[in-house]
Amino acid sequence: MSYNLRYFQYNERSILIEWPSVIDENILNDILKFKHLIENKYIKQKVEVISSYASLLIIYTSTIDKFNDTVLSLKELYVTINATETIKSQLWEIPVCYDDEFATDLDDFSKQKSLSKSQIIELHSSAIYTVYFTGFLPGFLYLGGLDEQLFLDRKKTPSLDVKKGAVAIGGKQTGIYPQNSPGGWHVIGNTPVSLFSPKANSPCFIKSGDRVKFIPVDRSVYNNIKQAFEASDYK
Amino acid sequence: MLKVLHPGFYSTIQDSGRFGYRSFGVPKSGVMDAHSSRYANTLLRNHENDAVLEMTMQGGKFQFLEPTQIVISGSDMQPRLNSIPINNNTIINIAKNDILEFGKLKSGIRVYLAIKGGFKTEIVLGSRSQYKCITKGFRLHKNDVIAYDSNNSIIKVSYSSVKYDDSILKSEKLEVFEGPEFKFLSEKQKKELMEIKFTITNKNNRMAYQLEPLFLNEMPSILTSPILPGTVQLTPSGQLIVLMRDCQTTGGYPRIFQLTEQSINILCQKTIKHNISFRLL
Repeated sequence: MSYNLRYFQYNERSILIEWPSVIDENILNDILKFKHLIENKYIKQKVEVISSYASLLIIYTSTIDKFNDTVLSLKELYVTINATETIKSQLWEIPVCYDDEFATDLDDFSKQKSLSKSQIIELHSSAIYTVYFTGFLPGFLYLGGLDEQLFLDRKKTPSLDVKKGAVAIGGKQTGIYPQNSPGGWHVIGNTPVSLFSPKANSPCFIKSGDRVKFIPVDRSVYNNIKQAFEASDYK
Repeated sequence: MLKVLHPGFYSTIQDSGRFGYRSFGVPKSGVMDAHSSRYANTLLRNHENDAVLEMTMQGGKFQFLEPTQIVISGSDMQPRLNSIPINNNTIINIAKNDILEFGKLKSGIRVYLAIKGGFKTEIVLGSRSQYKCITKGFRLHKNDVIAYDSNNSIIKVSYSSVKYDDSILKSEKLEVFEGPEFKFLSEKQKKELMEIKFTITNKNNRMAYQLEPLFLNEMPSILTSPILPGTVQLTPSGQLIVLMRDCQTTGGYPRIFQLTEQSINILCQKTIKHNISFRLL
């Protein structure tokens, strides 16, 4: 399926491409295929492409002289997308410890939603989530696929210090805090896995289009994985 | 080596920032006022991307442990070398153990210290720009030592033919492109946004500048979308937020304007109570 895209000059050296403004896996696939084609086309001329739910931002290293010509060449590239091709996608199993020690907001969440803690954990860890893109913080994944029963508005007052690895729910989304940060989501667990490493060749191993499943683990498994990460370079 | 005797109010090492990592959520960072740092690096015949020291509001005090050459540019903070006043925007020869310090803020708020060959701090994800959780340190502290090459060939100090354009320290006009959600503003609102004189609030830093007064609006909310340094967001409560070099890569507020590169340089030399207005290109 081909979409009617809007091309917009964002600044001197950037072009924004917009898809219909909805969260949809078909749109995600189309965006990722186009992103891939753009990155290959400009392999010699450096460009940076940021993707999100329904748009791509292409940032060139120099000023765009002829906006219309550049858009035309992008449009020509877009029609070459292979509609039947599927994006390569990996499934990542992310261990999460839902113990009270980490799940600082699970009691409150359970009361507000009238669900038992084990029901929440079961619903949260049985879904397979789609990675739409990375933003907000280095390594913060925007995940789609949260069970509707777990939708809960963000906290009125954000916590000032959400811990690295915190697994949380905010609105219709769930996510993992890749570093200590202020945040307004309800923390229901913690993963020992490091999602972002500025020292690694590729700073995030999980990419847009990949899938994520949370695997409940107890404290001892959590500790073992945590130690393994701390011993490796992937910190 | 440069020894930090006093770091100043908020000082960081910056180059042109990170390119190619924003899809991992990594901010671009880089010098706030690229106009001034570029001028300083150019005088020294450095590469445009060479790392400089950026100081905000109050300059620091430093000792050079090897001879070199420097240029100070941007804000006028009355620099002194061994207690003797020196000028911005000119090459200064430095001898071993010379001490550089800064005085009162006279114009602008960000001053750049460029050094022959650039500062040689660690490169993380293709850049030396300091940023929390990316580089080891995210600002300078007392007794830090910063490496530079001392064996660079010395440039004869002569007057540069290209004068530093200091209009960026005085201008109050920000030139902007229409943002992606500009179209949702009414004609009346578009007109008002050009007429209002906005004032910078105390919330201004390397991530963003907030403006007052509030601008009441009924803009629709948007899906989280890409943003850039210079993007002007309008929140449901009417807050105008101008994103700066350390901003996040995506955001969920309507984007009404995008500042030109030069307007980002102009804005970052301003602070609380300074005024600006927008001019649509």
